[in-house]
Amino acid sequence: MTDRSLALTHEAYATQDVTVFGFWLYLMSDCLIFASLFATYAVLHTNTFGGPDARSLFSLPYVLAETLILLTSSFTAGLGILAARRDRARETIAWFAVTLLLSLSFLGLEIHEFAGLVAAGNGPSRSGFLSAYFTLVGTHGLHVALGSLWMLVLLVQVAFRGLSDTNVRRLTLLALFWHFLDIIWVLIFTIVYLFPFI
Amino acid sequence: MFGRLTIAAVEQGPIVLGAQIFIVIGTLAVLGALTYFRKWSWLWNEWLTSLDAKKIGVMYIVVALVMLVRGGIDAIMMRLQQALAAGGGGYLPPQHFQQVFTGHGVIMIFFVAMPLMLGLINVVLPLQIGARDVAFPFLNSLSFWLFVSGAALMMLSLVVGEFSTAGWLAYPPLSELRYSPGVGVDYYIWAVQIAGIGSLLSGINFITTIFKKRCPGMTLMRMPIFVWTVLGSMLLVVFAFPVLTATLGMLTLDRYLGMHFFTAGGGGNMMMYVNLIWTWGHPEVYVLVLPAFGVFSEVVAVFSQKRLFGYPSMVLATMAITVFSFIVWLHHFFTMGAGADVNAFFGIMTMIIAIPTGVKIFNWIFTMYRGRILFTTPMLWFLGFVALFTIGGMAGVLMAVPPADFELHNSLFLVAHFHTMIVSGVLFGDFAAITYWMPKIFGFRLDEKWGARAFWGWTVGFMVAFIPLYVLGLMGATRRLDHYPAGLGWQPLFIMAGIGVCIIVLGFVSQLMQIFVSIRDRARTTADAADPWNGRTLEWSVPSPAPFYNFAKTPKISSRDAYWEAKRTGESLAPGAYEDIVLPKNTPMGIYLAGTAFFFGFAVIWHIWWLAALAALAFLVFLVMRSLMEDTEYVIPAARVAALDAAHSA
Amino acid sequence: MDVHPPPFPPYLSAIHCILLRATDNERSVNPKYVFPSVLILAAAITAIALSLTHGHAVGLLDPQGVIAKREQALMIKAALLMLIVVVPVFALTFGIAWHYRASNTRAQYRPSWEHNRIEEGIWWAVPMIVVAALAVVAWQSAHALDPFRPIDSPMSPLTVEVVSLDWKWLFIYPAQGIATMNYLAIPEQTPIAFKLTSDAPMNAFWIPQLGGQEMTMPGMITQLHLMADATGTYEGFSSNLSGAGFSSMHFPVRSMTTNDFAAWVSQAQRSPNTLSFAAYTQLAQPSVHNPATVFRVTNSRLYAEIVMRFMTPPASGAPVMPMRP
Repeated sequence: MTDRSLALTHEAYATQDVTVFGFWLYLMSDCLIFASLFATYAVLHTNTFGGPDARSLFSLPYVLAETLILLTSSFTAGLGILAARRDRARETIAWFAVTLLLSLSFLGLEIHEFAGLVAAGNGPSRSGFLSAYFTLVGTHGLHVALGSLWMLVLLVQVAFRGLSDTNVRRLTLLALFWHFLDIIWVLIFTIVYLFPFI
Repeated sequence: MFGRLTIAAVEQGPIVLGAQIFIVIGTLAVLGALTYFRKWSWLWNEWLTSLDAKKIGVMYIVVALVMLVRGGIDAIMMRLQQALAAGGGGYLPPQHFQQVFTGHGVIMIFFVAMPLMLGLINVVLPLQIGARDVAFPFLNSLSFWLFVSGAALMMLSLVVGEFSTAGWLAYPPLSELRYSPGVGVDYYIWAVQIAGIGSLLSGINFITTIFKKRCPGMTLMRMPIFVWTVLGSMLLVVFAFPVLTATLGMLTLDRYLGMHFFTAGGGGNMMMYVNLIWTWGHPEVYVLVLPAFGVFSEVVAVFSQKRLFGYPSMVLATMAITVFSFIVWLHHFFTMGAGADVNAFFGIMTMIIAIPTGVKIFNWIFTMYRGRILFTTPMLWFLGFVALFTIGGMAGVLMAVPPADFELHNSLFLVAHFHTMIVSGVLFGDFAAITYWMPKIFGFRLDEKWGARAFWGWTVGFMVAFIPLYVLGLMGATRRLDHYPAGLGWQPLFIMAGIGVCIIVLGFVSQLMQIFVSIRDRARTTADAADPWNGRTLEWSVPSPAPFYNFAKTPKISSRDAYWEAKRTGESLAPGAYEDIVLPKNTPMGIYLAGTAFFFGFAVIWHIWWLAALAALAFLVFLVMRSLMEDTEYVIPAARVAALDAAHSA
Repeated sequence: MDVHPPPFPPYLSAIHCILLRATDNERSVNPKYVFPSVLILAAAITAIALSLTHGHAVGLLDPQGVIAKREQALMIKAALLMLIVVVPVFALTFGIAWHYRASNTRAQYRPSWEHNRIEEGIWWAVPMIVVAALAVVAWQSAHALDPFRPIDSPMSPLTVEVVSLDWKWLFIYPAQGIATMNYLAIPEQTPIAFKLTSDAPMNAFWIPQLGGQEMTMPGMITQLHLMADATGTYEGFSSNLSGAGFSSMHFPVRSMTTNDFAAWVSQAQRSPNTLSFAAYTQLAQPSVHNPATVFRVTNSRLYAEIVMRFMTPPASGAPVMPMRP
């Protein structure tokens, strides 16, 4: 049961180090995209233009379920990385498959919520507030969707090529990305869904 | 089938027809020449698919110079219109004139100033820090090709459809669907968005390169000052460009999905757009000018044959500018009614930024003090820069006083101010840099005599073109006028400005002559091209043109100005044996990915939804294909490196 | 590298270069003259540009209102303060670049000299002091000349409600019950309280000879206070791009004696042109080169309704605002 990071060659370690550093920079820049959207939401959340406001639209228990699913998926992704570090390909695939399933159910719930709003005439073009809401939450959702696609591709790669240095590196980045999306969601949950009710 | 695209999109009257014919014939001529001289495979294998940062850098500069010609033609068209248009008239209808100035601004910032600077960074930065390449060579290629896609969309707007008439920052609600229903703003959005994402990726790449790829011994405080300024600039890119991406994204949603972020009515807030776009826009100015400051720092030290004065001060000033540039954005709209406290705060912050800038100028002057100054062309650009930048800076601080700005905002005084800063600061810096590093890129020097002529053409032309604009601003002339009342006496000054542009054109022609003469006479200047200026930093320690692997042996340094010190003490920068070199293989995947981005942009501009879906799918497929490639690097064995290095030394 | 070029007089060098007549073995200019040449040329070009304004003292060159005069004085004060830094920069660059040119072998050469705490201290400190002084100026003037701040005057102010339209200006005088288009009449030596909004893209309302500008935005009201010191006619502009007809959005401002103004008002109140909300909606359609017109306002809530158009959704069935043709 050796720790895989110790077994990396010098070059592979250097590559991993550089790539992870670059990926942190990317996450920082992505964070600023979300910061812009949060700032926009803060400015526009009262601009309902005669339409419904946050309190009358959102259901806390529903969003709480979404939150728990996403948090659990972050946990299972962490377990997947631990397995990868221990060089256990099957266990890694299993944990990430669970993560993928959770992520897809999160997306399903979100799409369902959006569809309900649009069907009731409260789509993103209804008011400045709803534009900001759909864009902020939808951008997060888009990240989750692209992350899921990335996860799917990586699972195939791990299945066929095993836990190569490259694949472990990419799984590490994916896990970082996933935790990042989790943090963003916690902020969304607090600012968008929780604040109107307290 | 083709969305909004009909044959009417290409039928736009005689002036546009001229431009269309020019572009189509130009493109065909280049393609024809490549075919006739059988250069396609050379171009493809040696350049387009290359991941070598130096080659990517050269390609950036070449595309930037082509776009400079386009932006310059726009400038001439504007000057001609305004020289003619007293009391109505002129030769351009308002819609066309507005496309011209919008295009001029967008091109000069996004497709000239940015790529010139990124090109120089690509060429020089790895060499200066003793690295073989950037941290992510493939990402670098992708960044470049995304920029090319954006530039291509920009050029295409001239041939098919129209460009935005809403000014280079596309303030809503003018840029909203209600007031600009055509494809112009959509071209603007997608050209800038695609190129901007390329810039963002470059920012990530270069910061990682600076932090992770420096050669042994190069501590942060031993980095050449150019590297420091690039670091400041790229930090600004990573922090500012996401805001641009998000802001343009929201404008896109307003226009495509009827949302209400910035609309008049519907609960939108247009002031938020102005705030967000300047949160990006002001740092963007420093993104451009900081590396130019770095260039001047290198140039002044080398040609004064002396150490840079006050290196720690320079680093501190660079970082101070980096931080402060994020808290001054509101000075771009003191006239939006923010209230006296807010206006005063941002005005004072703006003035504070002048302090580190002033310190830099004093440090440059005292770098010359007790030096032996060689007045080569880069030094001429530097002296022109000191004169013009100081005057422009004075105008800038003046406008930082809010009540003064109330009288100067949106006037030609403002236009003259920012042109002074960007032309003397950024463009002169780029020209100095191109002259200075040319031997390292191509192995020969640029002609001094034509360089001096170019300098005088640009400097005198610039003053004749823009000093009248300062005066016009004080006379109450606002920017972006396609005509103006005849009785105000503005026309003579507009004519004078037009003459200035003609002189600038002479300066530009001198630069073309300079390149031609230098290539013709290159045999005379190749001999000392490896280190023609008695250089101080690592790039001059390798042969010219720099070998594709940069350094045969990774250097190890123990001081600032490492190469200068090595020459002084006679010690080798890279003792020890040759080692295997690992380099990335060429790949066309960057072109493919950026190509799909181009088609995606074109499709959504014209609402050709099937093509947009196809392009998006192709993008994902190419991305997955790239991730499946395992064999992306190759090795040059140590023995081969030794042989190559010996050949260079011979 | 040729570092000892033959001398060449500076006043000829620029012309010489422009005409591209330099021959192979001469540099275009003796290097020590470069910097002074640039400065002299700048001064000469400025003199030419200023001489071209002869007979057309408009804008800030000839302020006619108390606000514009104070803003002009402020600019001169700030510019003089900045000269404390700018003059030494130019003098030092000139002197040092001249003295330490490579051809002057008598000059001291110390290639490793790179640091002097006192000197660096001076040029961190001097700009800081100048900026501190400028900061005080900026803070005080930003409050004293805040466009939202009413002008102190014994005369009671006249309120004018300004609407920028596609592509003309509408001025409503609420107390007088009149309105004008593309023409602004004001009494001299009376503070004017402008309330600004837009029923078009953003514009900016600017009368350079009377004072600074302020933006106009749909759904919002900004304010501006100006006063004309004497009678006269000045030009007003929109300074913010607003579409195809933007360049035509200039208007004459007539400052008249209070008696003349009162007479003009009573004449306007008898105008045959009336302005109701319906008539306004017609007027707001995009058009250029509209002649100056005077209206009698029949809807006293006109301005409020124009602003509210953007604040609330239209009643169901009401037509949505049309796109530009």
